[in-house]
Amino acid sequence: MITLEHIYWLTGLMMAGVAVVNLRDPSNPRRFNNTAFWGIYATTFLIGSHLPDLVNGFLVIGMVLVASIRGLGQGKRESSTREEREASARRWGARLFIPAVTIPLVTVLGTFAFKRVALHGSLLVDVKQVTVISLAIATLIALAVGMAMLRPPLSAPIREARRLLDGVGWAAVLPQMLAALGALFAIAGVGNVVSGLAQRWIPLDNPFVVVLTYAAGMAVFTMIMGNAFAAFPVMTAGIGLPLIVQRFGGDPTIMAAIGMLSGFCGTLMTPMAANFNIVPTALLELPDENAVIKVQIPTALLLLTANILLMNFLVFRR
Amino acid sequence: MLTLIGVAIVVIGFVLRMNPLLVVTVAGLATGIASGLGPLAVVAAFGKAFITSRYVAIVWLVLPVIGLLEHAGLKERARSVVAGLRAATASRVLLAYFAIRQITAALGLTSLGGHAQMVRPLIAPMAEGAAENQYGELPEPVRHKIRANAAAVDNIALFFGEDIFIAIGSILLIKGFLVQNGIHVEPTQLAFWAIPTALCAFVIHGTRLLLLDRWLRTELARKQSDT
Repeated sequence: MITLEHIYWLTGLMMAGVAVVNLRDPSNPRRFNNTAFWGIYATTFLIGSHLPDLVNGFLVIGMVLVASIRGLGQGKRESSTREEREASARRWGARLFIPAVTIPLVTVLGTFAFKRVALHGSLLVDVKQVTVISLAIATLIALAVGMAMLRPPLSAPIREARRLLDGVGWAAVLPQMLAALGALFAIAGVGNVVSGLAQRWIPLDNPFVVVLTYAAGMAVFTMIMGNAFAAFPVMTAGIGLPLIVQRFGGDPTIMAAIGMLSGFCGTLMTPMAANFNIVPTALLELPDENAVIKVQIPTALLLLTANILLMNFLVFRR
Repeated sequence: MLTLIGVAIVVIGFVLRMNPLLVVTVAGLATGIASGLGPLAVVAAFGKAFITSRYVAIVWLVLPVIGLLEHAGLKERARSVVAGLRAATASRVLLAYFAIRQITAALGLTSLGGHAQMVRPLIAPMAEGAAENQYGELPEPVRHKIRANAAAVDNIALFFGEDIFIAIGSILLIKGFLVQNGIHVEPTQLAFWAIPTALCAFVIHGTRLLLLDRWLRTELARKQSDT
């Protein structure tokens, strides 16, 4: 059965390849830093599951020190000139879209198909992780299609991956780091402290104020944690269930549905949601790392207002 | 109260624009120590949390094939496709992607998008190409603004589309949490009550997208009269 562990090996191999390409590229002034950073990262994928937690902890700290003390560099940026790429685009035409479209299509197909396909009575992939595994398989198929079509040198994919990954730099690891921080916050009970503060300081004897506190609290707490999933249990146990549902008789379904979406408004406004807000600025080569958040803030605030009004009108309907 | 030290460190670190990896690590270690764990136990807890979060990084597996296609001119091709459509403007390209992304996410097809696999190689070049088509070569800040909008469209359409699908993570989380608290809810009902917000999101962000074309017109007219 294909499990997440196999996909981690694949990711580890790619990261190791990126480290090796960096090591052999004198055009990158910080190539040893890049090699160390991606090399350690590769280690956490290849054997991280078998190492003691403490060793993994020190590996992560090592990566952080490499990235923050002297920083990472970049090799010669483009592997081809714009003219070369335009000529190539004319030559291949719409066929260039085939491998690109293969990724989402195979991912979606795989998500449905792998739940049913069995070999010798056992499932082919771990069903709990079917989306991520389908994505990984889809990238392999797309890569095979691309290689067969374009016939580049065999080392081209890993060199191109190196170019893009070094363009993103340490931001590539930030989402995973924030997920780890969220886990530590949960162990330390940060959520209970925050909802305790809200209950102590906000006058919660008017239904509208309670709805306002719950929805805005979801947004603010999501901004702090970077994730609405972390905010939801805390705010709902602390304010939603005892006050909106039990004291004022609100509908728990409507409260929970709109409450979660209020949290998503917070996700749009925080650098803590790095994979949605910071990583794309690196991927799109934007000089301002808050550029995506700035575009999203007006929509997020208007939509949060809409959510508060919707919840206030709908939740007490009965 | 000391438990909140990690939150404070994160806020201060981001305001001072220190390296976020360092800020997050220090915040994590400080939070662990404040909650009474020993230093080595905190490092171990952080290592364990990092290892169990590795699935977040699997999206980077798309980079080899995307890089290969970019080298072969994928972005240039995406631009020239849009250049062939006279009616295409930056706003309309992004609005069309917004609608497709929100509807497919509502049907559970959340993987038909993403920044690495769709926005960078296809959507952003298409929106830039449409604007170039209308106004010629674009100044860098305008280019950056269009790209930031392309990334925002992917996020907003995904967030306020996916909750209409009953088997998505957030719906399952809500159901699981409420069951623990003795309240039974139907996933179909949760998904139904996500629809009003989804419609508001489409109206609000769609309107803002249409205003982007107007902003481009005034911004680029001003640039031209300056020179």
